Amino acid sequence: MRRTAAGLGLLVAAAAAPLLVRSEYVIGTLTLMCFFAFVGQGWNILGGYAGQFSFGHALFFGIGAYTSSLCFLKAGLTPWVGMWLGAAAAVLVGLVTGHLSFRYGLRGAYFALVMLAVAEIFRVAATNWDYVGGSFGILVPLQGHAPRLFQFGDKRHFYYVILAMLLAVTWGVARLERSRLGYQMIAIRENEAAADALGIDPYRVKLAAMALSAAITALGGAFYAQYFSYVDPTIGFGPGNSIEILLRPIIGGAGTLWGPLLGAVLLGLLGESTRGLVRSYAGLHLMLYGVILMGAVVFLPRGVMGALRSLGGGAGERARA
Amino acid sequence: MSAEVILSSLANGVMLGGLYALVALGLTLIFGVMKVINFAHGSLMMLSMYASFWLATRAGLDPYLSLLVTLPAAFGVGYAIQRAVIAPVLRAPEHNQLLMTLGLALFLDNLALVVFRADPRTLLVAYSQTTVPLGSIRLNLPRLLAFAGALVISGLLWLFLKRTALGRALRASAEERDGAALCGIPVGRVHATAFGIGTACVAAAGAMALPFFYVSPEVGNTFVITAFVVVVLGGLGSFPGALVGGLLVGVVESLGGLYVHGSLAQIGIFGLFVAVLLIRPAGLLGARHA
Repeated sequence: MRRTAAGLGLLVAAAAAPLLVRSEYVIGTLTLMCFFAFVGQGWNILGGYAGQFSFGHALFFGIGAYTSSLCFLKAGLTPWVGMWLGAAAAVLVGLVTGHLSFRYGLRGAYFALVMLAVAEIFRVAATNWDYVGGSFGILVPLQGHAPRLFQFGDKRHFYYVILAMLLAVTWGVARLERSRLGYQMIAIRENEAAADALGIDPYRVKLAAMALSAAITALGGAFYAQYFSYVDPTIGFGPGNSIEILLRPIIGGAGTLWGPLLGAVLLGLLGESTRGLVRSYAGLHLMLYGVILMGAVVFLPRGVMGALRSLGGGAGERARA
Repeated sequence: MSAEVILSSLANGVMLGGLYALVALGLTLIFGVMKVINFAHGSLMMLSMYASFWLATRAGLDPYLSLLVTLPAAFGVGYAIQRAVIAPVLRAPEHNQLLMTLGLALFLDNLALVVFRADPRTLLVAYSQTTVPLGSIRLNLPRLLAFAGALVISGLLWLFLKRTALGRALRASAEERDGAALCGIPVGRVHATAFGIGTACVAAAGAMALPFFYVSPEVGNTFVITAFVVVVLGGLGSFPGALVGGLLVGVVESLGGLYVHGSLAQIGIFGLFVAVLLIRPAGLLGARHA
């Protein structure tokens, strides 16, 4: 009950924020926080719940961004539909990659490297393929205020869109967490051999996690391309983007419902508080991310959520367990 | 296409491959001894390239001579990094080790970005364009020197691992960490030494690449992703595997460049990488128990 009430309170506050604050800058920050929490939830399903550490989620992000932008640019298809085509394409690529990896029982660092390599293949291919814009990338043609084309004159509308997407996915992950599939994922993460012995099919469960994770991340990529009206091979498929995607759920707590949101808020606040410095020294915020990541590995090996749980705040969790 | 073009492309591939092999040797040594994949490997190479670059432009030191300064420094830096950053996570879950070296890479790359800015720099030396005739083709001197240097360093490292007490301790710790510790081998110091040597290898590769390669804060990524391909191809932790894998990747990239334009040749390498990971994750020459 208390959790539901707290969630509702947060929701009302988030929905009311654009009415109370007029600053485009604040809305932009909130939009990016929601966006990173959204793709973080996507990564979290595969990397957190199912325990398959992906170092190449930009793969799915890029497929989503490119598919929706290309469908619009080449065929005039509205990104509202294109984003789902992107998700479908990402699921397809994810299933093929997953099938090959999981069939051979690849895990840990090897799986992380496969994901990195496949994302790199897409990056190099996109860079060299002129039809998709080559190294320059794609500029989404602006149509002014055109809600049917996923374009808004007022940036606050983008905020509401990503907030709704985040709510939907968080609700979905909350359901997943208490579902048969969710428990099977966690069982595989904790001990794959034991899960296998209990009759869980690790191959199928990991593929399901891969598909869900790919679809969500691709939807996030499509949103990103519309929000910034631009995508290029490095933004879309580069290793830097893969790091951005996994950073927030890791910091917040991988394999927890609130981890990606908490991580997105914390890193968002950090980014804003160091913005003045960042402007004069490009790269400084990523330097800080590096330090935070190293610190988190040593001091918060299970993320902020893990630390909160092992402190007194986790009494309820323990009682339930 | 004339035979000369193919031959000189082949020679270029072999020479570049020697350099890849040296980068990969450092990576595979660190993995072999500690079972840690060092994502910061390329960043350490980048730092060494900047060090040699500044030594050349400010102090007029030839990049090859600067090895006398950068190699011991790189060993010290690697030793310290292992002690401060890697040792605390040696028994942590694998993904936390990945994250640790990833954090280190993020920190170092962006430190370089803050200090040196993003623009690539190139070091021109008197012999940058000098060529050496070999049969019907001509070899670029700096590339040839880098290749020779890579071979010499690999040979020395091989002797060190096989013939010295410290080398044996290193191999023993790689084989069986706890057993080595029980035999009185100071495993902690051995790990730090391995990381120091691995860093020195990649630093040497950086300095020797400088006369024919640009340096920028991101340059390490180019090499380290190739080095991942090389070590996985040769078998993570395998010394001869790194050499063979390095040469193979260098040749594939160079010959591929003849037939497709731009960076497209890399797709072949990554494709090879994925194929090897999937079919034979222990690598072409990898140990059977890996």
